[in-house]
Amino acid sequence: MGLLDVQGLGISFGGIRAVDAVSFAAKPGEIVSVIGPNGAGKTTLFNMISGLYQPTDGRVTLDGEDVTGMAPHRLAARGLSRTFQNLQVYLQMTALENVMAGRHLAEKGSVLADLFNLPDSRRRTAETQEIAHALLARVGLDQIAQMEASALPYGALKRLEIARALAANPRFLLLDEPAAGCNAVETAEIDRLIAEIAGEGVAILLVEHDMKLVMKISSHVVVLDHGVKIAEGPPGKVSQDPRVIEAYLGTQADEAHAVG
Amino acid sequence: MRLSGKAWALIALAVIIALAPLAFPSSFYYRVGALILINGLAVTGLVILFGYAGQISLGHAGFAGIGGYAAALIPIHLGVHPVFGLIAGAILSAGLAFLIGRPVLRLKGYYLAVATLGFGILVYLVLNNEAQLTGGPDGMSVERLGLRALSDALGLGLNTSQVWYWFMGVVLLIGAYLALNLFTSPTGRALRSLHDSEVAAGTLGVDVARYKLTAFVISAVYASLAGSLQALLNGFVTPDVAGFLHSIQWVTMTVLGGAGTVLGAIFGAAVLTALPQALTVFKEYEHMMLGLIMMVVMVFMPAGLFPSLAKLFRRVR
Ligand SMILES: Nc1ncnc2c1ncn2[C@@H]1O[C@H](COP(=O)(O)OP(=O)(O)OP(=O)(O)O)[C@@H](O)[C@H]1O
Ligand SMILES: [Mg+2]
Repeated sequence: MGLLDVQGLGISFGGIRAVDAVSFAAKPGEIVSVIGPNGAGKTTLFNMISGLYQPTDGRVTLDGEDVTGMAPHRLAARGLSRTFQNLQVYLQMTALENVMAGRHLAEKGSVLADLFNLPDSRRRTAETQEIAHALLARVGLDQIAQMEASALPYGALKRLEIARALAANPRFLLLDEPAAGCNAVETAEIDRLIAEIAGEGVAILLVEHDMKLVMKISSHVVVLDHGVKIAEGPPGKVSQDPRVIEAYLGTQADEAHAVG
Repeated sequence: MRLSGKAWALIALAVIIALAPLAFPSSFYYRVGALILINGLAVTGLVILFGYAGQISLGHAGFAGIGGYAAALIPIHLGVHPVFGLIAGAILSAGLAFLIGRPVLRLKGYYLAVATLGFGILVYLVLNNEAQLTGGPDGMSVERLGLRALSDALGLGLNTSQVWYWFMGVVLLIGAYLALNLFTSPTGRALRSLHDSEVAAGTLGVDVARYKLTAFVISAVYASLAGSLQALLNGFVTPDVAGFLHSIQWVTMTVLGGAGTVLGAIFGAAVLTALPQALTVFKEYEHMMLGLIMMVVMVFMPAGLFPSLAKLFRRVR
C-alpha cells in the first residue's frame, strides 16, 4: 500500500479556473513530476493535495481513504509531507531545531511532562535530536546544525526543508521546486537525494523547472498548462509530445518577447 | 559538564534576585522588588504566548482579575485559606481561557488583539458592576497569605516586604524554569513552529488550533497567579487589576524587554516597574518621560532591550 490517487481535482478562485479536472496517481517508490509553464497551477495542485486549499471538485485518496479537503495536520498524520516553493523555514530556529520540529508527530507528548522536563520529555527530545542530526548529515548540513536558519544561504534552506519534511517520516512526499535557485552542485545533490528517498518506498510528487533533472529521475510526468492536464506519461514520451513542446516554446517565446 | 543556555539563564536570574537587595536604599524597595517579580511572572506567561507561539493578547489582565478576586472571595465565602483561592483562580482562569480561546484564537493579528481586548474589558466590567459580590469600583480587602507569620515562626527576622520579595523570587524562578523547559521541549518546538510558519507547522502535523490554545491556557494561568499574588501582597484588590491599562503594561514590558525570551521580558518588567518610581523626580513630566523612553527603545532596539543589549555586550567583549 501507499497509493496517492488524484481524481478530477479542480479549484476556482473567484470564477478563475486555476486547476481543472486533473487526475493521476503515484505509487510507492515512484517519482511523479508535475511540470508546466509559470502559473500553470502546479503549486495550487500541491496546495489542494496537502489540505491547504479546499478543492471545488474532485477527490484525493491515500491508500483508498478519501482525504479530500482534510486539514493539513491530519494529512500529515497519514504520512503526507511537503516542502514549499516559497520557503517556509522556521527562521527563528536553528537548522537542527527546524528538523527536530519536523518530527512533531512522533515526538509530541504530555504538555505537563514538557513543562516539568520529566524523563519522558527528555527522552523524546533526545531521540528527536539524534534523528535530526542524522537527517542533517543526509542533506549535507550537519556542519551548520547550530546556526540560526535566518543566517543560512538559500540553497541550504532548500535542503533544510527537505530534511524537515523527511523528519515526519512520510510515505507521500510533495516537493515544490526543491532545486530552484540552487547551483549545479546543489542540484545534483538534491537529484541524488530524491532518487534515494524514492528508493526507500516513498511516493514522491515533484514540481521542477529543471527539465534535465525531471527527465532523468521521473518515473512518470504530468504536464499542466492553464490548469489543465495536457499530457502525461513516461518522461521520454512526454518530452516528444507536440502539445508539451508548444506549451513550453510558447512561454519561452513570450518571455523572450517580454525581455526584448 | 557544560551548562545549557537554560541553566545559565536560571543562574543569572537567581543571582540577580539574590543580589538586587544590596542596591536597595531602604526596605520600601523590597516592595517594589516584589512587584517587579510579580509582573515578571505574568510576562513570563506572555512570552509563551507571544514569543513562543506568536499570538497576541491585549486582555490578559482579565485573567489577573479572576485570580485576584478568587484570592479575595474564595476564603471569605468558603472559609478556606487564601492559598486555595489562588489555586481555584488559576483553575478557573485555565478553564475560561480554554472556553474563549477556541473561537478567539481562530482570529489573527489585529482581529485577535481586539477580541482579547474585549475579553479583558468584559471581566473588568463584571468586576466593576457586581458590586454586591466584589465591592464594585472601590474594591475589597484580601485576607493575608500568612507569609510574615510563617517567617516570624521560623525566626527569619524579615519584615513583610522582605518576606514577599524572597517568596516571589522563588515563585518567579519556578515560573521561569517551567517556561524555559517548555522552550526546548517537543511542545515548545510545536509552539515556535506556529510562530514562524503556521502553514508549515500544519503540514508537519502540528494541530495549529490546539497548540495555540495550549499557549493561551498556560499564559492565562501565569496571569491569574500574578493577579492573585498582587492582591495578596497588597491585601486589597480593585477592578483595575483586570483593567485595560494593566494588560497594556504587561504587553509593553514583554515587548520592550524582548518578547522572544523569558529573561528579556522579566528585564522589561523590572525596567517598567522601577522606572516610574525613579521618574517621580520629574514630577508632572513623569509620564511624558516614560512614553519618550518607550518610543526611543522601540525605534532603536526593535528586538527589545534585552536582546539588543546582550548583542551589544557580546560585540564589546
Ligand atoms: N489563493 C489564490 N487566489 C487566487 N488565485 C490564485 C491563488 N493561488 C493561485 N492562484 C492562481 O492560480 C494560478 C496558478 O498558480 P500556481 O501558483 O499554482 O502556478 P504554478 O504552476 O505553481 O506556477 P510557478 O511555476 O510560477 O510556480 C495562477 O494564475 C495564480 O494566480
Ligand atoms: Mg508554483
